[in-house]
Amino acid sequence: MTQAECKEVFALLSQYLDQELAPDMCKAIETHMAGCLPCEDFLASLRKTIDLCRAMQARHAPGPLPAAARSDLLEAFRRFKAGTQPA
Amino acid sequence: MQGDEEAFDEFVTLFRPRIFHYAVMMCGQRDDAEEVTQDALMRIFESLGQLREPDRIRAWAFRIAKNACYMKRRRSVFAPPEELSLDSLMPSWRDTSGGRELEIADWSALPEDTSSRGEINDLVSQAVSELPGIYRAVILLRDFEELSTAETAQILDVGEDVVKTRLHRARLAVRQKLDRHFRSVRSVV
Repeated sequence: MTQAECKEVFALLSQYLDQELAPDMCKAIETHMAGCLPCEDFLASLRKTIDLCRAMQARHAPGPLPAAARSDLLEAFRRFKAGTQPA
Repeated sequence: MQGDEEAFDEFVTLFRPRIFHYAVMMCGQRDDAEEVTQDALMRIFESLGQLREPDRIRAWAFRIAKNACYMKRRRSVFAPPEELSLDSLMPSWRDTSGGRELEIADWSALPEDTSSRGEINDLVSQAVSELPGIYRAVILLRDFEELSTAETAQILDVGEDVVKTRLHRARLAVRQKLDRHFRSVRSVV
């Protein structure tokens, strides 16, 4: 296994994990992985990274909606609803 | 009218925190994010009548939020774009007696218990917030909001191939930061 092959595989790993590659490309990556433990370990770390990103809890939450801001938004929402009612 | 208010509250409860999170991660300032969120929600309600595909409301709302962020921070966050090279995100190789190895942490040892989740969540959030804006926008929409490649491309006005390329580099950059942290913790222990 050459580092050039590893680098080619490395460039496609997200698309592989997102199932966005053609079947023949998936097969080529799986064949490479079967004979390349470092790439297999790297793929596992990337998969875990994606899992952690998807499980990320928002650290930033908005403050309470001020009454005036809520009133403006509600009025806009009601205008929209009024526009959807049959005449 | 009561039904209107319930539907309004439901919408605001669902979308306001998500738009705010995206805005604060993109703008970097809470005050700016509060303003962007209010602007975005107002634009959403004002143009809801133009929404042709209700199933795509999340992508449509985030496109409005993205534009509100852009208007707020066009001079600082979105320009000039900083590129991440693939080479800089590849780990180094080292030769050992057993063959070649990549210099990466042992991710299989990552703690599963919930007490460590908070720390890891902070690390991930910090790593995402440090990404250049063009990559941060993609990873927030694809991996945090779990929107599709096509929806993300539409929101950001770029091609799907660009989304795929930026997403991969964003993930690699986050992976690299986490890997460095895990290795430094291990070396301390």
